[in-house]
Amino acid sequence: MVKRMVTGAHYGLRDWLAQRITAVVMVVFILCLAGILLISPPHDYAGWKAVFSNQWMRIASFLFLVSLFWHAWVGVRNILMDYVHATGIRLSLQILVILSLLFYTVWSVEILWEL
Amino acid sequence: MNFSIYRFDPDKDERPYMQNYDIMLEPADRMLLDALVRIKTVDDSLSLRRSCREGVCGSDAMNINGRNGLACITPVAGLKEPVTLRPLPGLPVIRDLIVDMTQFFKQYHSIKPYLINNDPPPETERLQSPEERAELDGLYECILCACCSTACPSFWWNPDKFVGPAGLLQAYRFLADSRDQATAERLDYLEDPYRLFRCHSIMNCVDVCPKGLNPTSAIESIKDMMIKRTV
Repeated sequence: MVKRMVTGAHYGLRDWLAQRITAVVMVVFILCLAGILLISPPHDYAGWKAVFSNQWMRIASFLFLVSLFWHAWVGVRNILMDYVHATGIRLSLQILVILSLLFYTVWSVEILWEL
Repeated sequence: MNFSIYRFDPDKDERPYMQNYDIMLEPADRMLLDALVRIKTVDDSLSLRRSCREGVCGSDAMNINGRNGLACITPVAGLKEPVTLRPLPGLPVIRDLIVDMTQFFKQYHSIKPYLINNDPPPETERLQSPEERAELDGLYECILCACCSTACPSFWWNPDKFVGPAGLLQAYRFLADSRDQATAERLDYLEDPYRLFRCHSIMNCVDVCPKGLNPTSAIESIKDMMIKRTV
């Protein structure tokens, strides 16, 4: 069978842009978190709990984690496209990554809103 | 001067090997290509491509002490001994320092490296303002020596799908040309996770380009154009 080269999926810009935007979101969150921890460092479990039981902090942390997972999806998919050349294996691994990241997203909601 | 040179003749050798040469250079042998021509007077079985011997044709691109470059414009004076010479990485070796550039040129041709303009040709040239012409500076000078693309890991892993820095620099050269009318089609072609977005901006291409060009910046400009038309 002749090996035919197929490219031309006509996407890519959105993922590339999303990776940059999520990176900015993560940097902003980390700087804010560092600022909060520098100004009033929590000393015990109750202190840490107080920081994260604020509703805005929960939302910000959730946004950070979603950005992290989205960023990780683009990055890991890039690695798989670079190095895993068998389409079947690549698709299986990509599904595995998506399912793991969806699981982490639900899990992070549970953790953040249980505090 | 000591050299260690990659040798492989598919008709005779089972596997490639490195051959050492200890050569007395003449005072006029200032560039690496002069030294290689000197080595050929001792061992004429050593195969390499060269033509203009002044960094214009791009034939004698090779891996010099681990870094891609043109032998003809690399002074021997600064080279660490033994000077290790290998063919450009990532392309099939035809013999010794000669590689098969088919894949490289296939990618170059894929971006339609010519002006597309459907207006009837004017009596004289299609004129550009000095500003429009200046847009092409840093793009048109590429000599297609393949130093950049063969230094790019993304091109090593997907040479059949990723256009590579040389091809993408040329793609932007025509996107930036005020006389070209195929901007939308060109961007449509490049909007692809493999053709363009295998570039992770590690800038190996910029590091090795013997003409001092910046394919990474051209690739960023293509992405800028895509953002402008999408967002």
